[in-house]
Amino acid sequence: MALLTLSSPHAKGSNRTSDLMRWVILACVPGLALQTYFFGWGNLHNVLWCACIALSCEAIVLKLRGRAPAFYLKDYSALVTAVLLGLALPPLAPWWISLVATTFAIVFAKHLYGGMGYNPFNPAMAGYALVLISFPVAMTTNWATPSSMLADGQLGLGDTLAVIWQQSPLPDGFSGATPLDVYKHEIAYKTEETVRAFAVFGEHFALGWEWVNVAFLLGGLVLLGLKIIPWQTPVAVLTGLAVPSLLLGSDADQYTPLSIHLLAGATMLGAFFIATDPVSSSTTPLGRLVYGFGIGLLTYIIRTWGGYPDAFAFAVLLMNFAAPLIDVYTQPRTYGFAGPKRGPKSRENQ
Amino acid sequence: MATSNLNTIVKNGLWDNNPALVQLLGLCPLLAVTGTVVNALGLGLATTMVLLGSNISVSLIRNFVSESIRLPAFVMIIASLVTCAELLMKAFTYELYQILGIFIPLIVTNCAILGRADAFACKNPILPAATDGLMMGLGFTAVLILLGGMREAIGQGTLFADMQLIFGPAAESWKIVLIEDYANFLFAVLPPGAFVAMGLIIALKNIIDQRIENKRALATPKTEVGSKRVRVTGKIA
Repeated sequence: MALLTLSSPHAKGSNRTSDLMRWVILACVPGLALQTYFFGWGNLHNVLWCACIALSCEAIVLKLRGRAPAFYLKDYSALVTAVLLGLALPPLAPWWISLVATTFAIVFAKHLYGGMGYNPFNPAMAGYALVLISFPVAMTTNWATPSSMLADGQLGLGDTLAVIWQQSPLPDGFSGATPLDVYKHEIAYKTEETVRAFAVFGEHFALGWEWVNVAFLLGGLVLLGLKIIPWQTPVAVLTGLAVPSLLLGSDADQYTPLSIHLLAGATMLGAFFIATDPVSSSTTPLGRLVYGFGIGLLTYIIRTWGGYPDAFAFAVLLMNFAAPLIDVYTQPRTYGFAGPKRGPKSRENQ
Repeated sequence: MATSNLNTIVKNGLWDNNPALVQLLGLCPLLAVTGTVVNALGLGLATTMVLLGSNISVSLIRNFVSESIRLPAFVMIIASLVTCAELLMKAFTYELYQILGIFIPLIVTNCAILGRADAFACKNPILPAATDGLMMGLGFTAVLILLGGMREAIGQGTLFADMQLIFGPAAESWKIVLIEDYANFLFAVLPPGAFVAMGLIIALKNIIDQRIENKRALATPKTEVGSKRVRVTGKIA
């Protein structure tokens, strides 16, 4: 009888970058499918188009930097950036918006800082913020109307391509403001009931958006179950958004209610897929709670009092700035030592 | 001494010790007003004029001003020259003066000017000091124009727009439209774009310097220092 003795650690499964990234992409699929169902072919097209650009840019930059493109392309990190951008950009945004955003994300936000693992900012959100600041008109007028609001159904594939590539004028009613945008602007001089009557909110909270967000929530829960993302970040993001919303903005006649904050816009995509980026987020358990809470709080602040209807990109970028500092002050206790070694001074004394 | 020394001064100002690319001085106006070529050229010329004048004046008084009060004296000189530049621009290029606004009086605080006065002009006779001022100014202007060109091309899709503000009505036709119906790229027009473009220009200069250095290292044969040990064991090539 042969006894096979294995010494610890008894690690199971794989935690290679490529496997983790592949799971992140797979977990996006339900959300993307529902986005395509509710808002037409635009997002699907954007994901594919961004993927082409991201992979080409990644290969070119790696070549220029004298690295082996095949090795780094296989870790799927560029593809994740592309997928997130494709999901986040307005479905009917012209082709050059995706081009500028993806190129900036890969070349500037990722590789100029040293490539995979060295970027202080989330590349996808850096690219998104760049185009949002640079092309405000194209970024706010190209959100597709949910299919169920259109009498003849959503634009066909051919028409979508024509809008994106030839910038053929969009027929009336095929694009419109997002629920967050409508609520924020209409509530200024209307009551909750009259604002809720707008077709863009549908029967529940936000027509189309609610199901897209639920799909991203499910995808995120799968990632949590597989322990690919830590639980602290998404929980803290949602808490950071919910606490001020319940404390300050519980009056739905003045402020956007919590249900719309959670189920419209980029909330679930942001909380589970963007804020949890392992490179640019905080790395300690306590730090992730602070980091996530900061993102949620900033999102609420910018959504409520800022100039933009949604704010996830800015909130994530601002907290990316703070992540290294948060890490310094949230070091966990090392086994065998009495207290945690936190702060820059205790670091020097170690 | 004179010619080789002047050559070094010229090379220093334009390339090796360029105020914008190597010393990184005067970045505030550099980043703030280089939205177009014409703004960059206007500010560059004004700075060059002030730099040339201040270097000459400081060099002239260098033996009469004591160490302890030299900085206030330099600042007085620079401030007077900036006032001259401001009045001249008001008189001849009023529209450009209005566009550049506060950044013309702010040339006083441009560290490149005080830096050259203190580091070079107060220790050298007039001719080298004047050459240094002119070359530093031209080096600064060249970077400004390059930056202005990049930001104008990317931000607005044009080049040399509104050149009539400096060169008179004849220059109105100099405008080159690179792309028709260009959707303005606001990021390049706003200050963050200036930071990114500046970083790219500095990176380009470093690459060129590195190439030159590599070539030089290849061209000059390595000389062995000290005695060379002769290898006597193993495979002897």
